[in-house]
Amino acid sequence: MAVTVVVMARSRNLFGVVVLGGLYSFLMATVLVAMDAVDVAMTEASVGAGISTVLFLGALYLCRSEETRPVRKPWLPLAVSMTVGVVLVYGTLGLPEFSDPQAPIHTHVVPRYLNEIKQEVDVPNVVTAVLASYRGYDTLGETTVVFTAGAGVIALLRRRRKDRAS
Amino acid sequence: MRHDLVLRVIAKLLIPFILLFALYVQFHGDFGPGGGFQAGVILAAAVIFYGLIFGLAEARKLVPEPLVESMMAIGVLIYGGVGVAGLLLGGHYLDYFVLDPNSVLGQHRGIFWVEVGVATTVSGVMLKIFYMFADRGKVDEE
Repeated sequence: MAVTVVVMARSRNLFGVVVLGGLYSFLMATVLVAMDAVDVAMTEASVGAGISTVLFLGALYLCRSEETRPVRKPWLPLAVSMTVGVVLVYGTLGLPEFSDPQAPIHTHVVPRYLNEIKQEVDVPNVVTAVLASYRGYDTLGETTVVFTAGAGVIALLRRRRKDRAS
Repeated sequence: MRHDLVLRVIAKLLIPFILLFALYVQFHGDFGPGGGFQAGVILAAAVIFYGLIFGLAEARKLVPEPLVESMMAIGVLIYGGVGVAGLLLGGHYLDYFVLDPNSVLGQHRGIFWVEVGVATTVSGVMLKIFYMFADRGKVDEE
């Protein structure tokens, strides 16, 4: 994955960058499968590697596929992003270790979900049960967000087309 | 790309299986990995694949634009409708226990319809965005 990122940052051919982005998504999905998050891995593979690659290619079709040289040296953005990255990594040091059973996330509501899901919902895939039943309001909100995003895209792109026609 | 025989044959072979897999992910989401969101994306990907190989006009003919646009709204309405159904049957909003005399079956029913709503909205939005993007290129050429 690190190799992919370095090649993506150095390459100036945007088509190659898009393909490498899809590759990165597939690698990420593999990592997620290794961490037993199959649902998230599936989403990453289909959205990250599938749909967004197609959308990037569509955008690439509209512009030139060779990145232009930047006008200024990117030192300030580089410094900002490095700082943020270091701060984020520093933040993860305070997190409990991966698959630590004593982590707060495992002691709050998870035991209740895992113990009572058999009597209450009886759906073998706990992720689906939590998403659609226990956290039904959140998922309703997410669906509305997806809908709003689609409506926003329609509103933006359709007006452009009308302007061109007139 | 319209005359590329290999791509066309492969696409014709693969698309039924992609659609079938989307349905499997949708309805097997209770038992295995997956669910409404993933199924919606896979469904949209199958149509996008078709559009890439056979051209946008063919895909439009297959899945017309008004259908896609109404799918976006219908999905959210199904989801909200499940909540309202719970209200009408005397529970709270999005309360699945009252959807069936047997509360566990009620949960199953609620989750099923909610997932259908999610899948409908997600595939509608993905397809719409694809149509919109692919359309821009044609407008620019004219």
